[in-house]
Amino acid sequence: MENATLEKTVTPAPEPDDTWILAGRRFRSRLIVGTGKYKDFEQTAAAIEASGAEIVTVAVRRVNLSDPSAPMLQDYVDPKRYTYLPNTAGCHTAKDAVRTLRLAREAGGWNLVKLEVLGPPPTLYPDMQATLEAAAALIADGFEVMVYCADDPVAAKRLEEMGCVAIMPLGAPIGSGLGIQNPAMLSMLIEQAKVPVLVDAGVGTASDAAIAMELGCDAVLLNSAIAMAKDPIRMARAMRAAVEAGRLAYLAGRMPRRMGADPSSPLTGLIRR
Amino acid sequence: MLNGEPWPLEAPLTVAELLVKLGLDTRKIAVECNEELVPRSRYGETWLKEGDAVEIVHFIGGG
Repeated sequence: MENATLEKTVTPAPEPDDTWILAGRRFRSRLIVGTGKYKDFEQTAAAIEASGAEIVTVAVRRVNLSDPSAPMLQDYVDPKRYTYLPNTAGCHTAKDAVRTLRLAREAGGWNLVKLEVLGPPPTLYPDMQATLEAAAALIADGFEVMVYCADDPVAAKRLEEMGCVAIMPLGAPIGSGLGIQNPAMLSMLIEQAKVPVLVDAGVGTASDAAIAMELGCDAVLLNSAIAMAKDPIRMARAMRAAVEAGRLAYLAGRMPRRMGADPSSPLTGLIRR
Repeated sequence: MLNGEPWPLEAPLTVAELLVKLGLDTRKIAVECNEELVPRSRYGETWLKEGDAVEIVHFIGGG
């Protein structure tokens, strides 16, 4: 009985009005998840469900012509329920990225896309010159472009001014799980942005997602951190909780940092010998 | 060429006929010929000729 009462009192107040707007669409979940690297489609579907995500990224690849009746992602992750966000993963030139997204638009009918043009391994760092070139071509062609980019406030501003609908700087290299490596620059980038800013890539575990949200990001995009966890479904729940926790902490406003201690209990009224 | 592999074109063929021949669900795919998108509405009138490079893609899991 006592426990039940306690549980009731510590349930955090929900934040029903805390939604965000991306390209004119309103979303509640601030977690966007990828659909790659899972063991099978069943696991993909279960992890996405557990994450609470409303938007999922997908890749565009050649159909396997030797087995045209093989199960497809859409059979497990319903495009009517989730907003599909086609990406340009694997594209290293502006031309390939634009081609890929034109195909994606034809296959799915979606204008909202994730642009990424990558440099060579081992960093797969965003190729900003090619990214800017591809973004210009896509925007001219009527796409709504969410753009993966370097944590470069000058390039980010330029992408925003060109008309990108979201700026998505990396936290760390794709698939590295190294966490948020440049929080100070991300904070400045977030401060100056007039469109949603998402940390995309680099999140390794729940605390990384929370840190990104505490910096004031509108949302976090991740894939490997869930798919490569030992228990992806449980990690998906962890990420959901972390994004919510980080968002609440950002809204609550953290206490100032100080060098040295400041006791929490009053120093008056102490018993003395 | 079809998805990067040599593919013999025995007789003149439209994109629509090719997709039927391959047994593909046209609602879930997109087609490109010689690096140009072929809109769904033009599958029936787009004829393939010897030497064309055709790409047929769909969505798969990705991050």
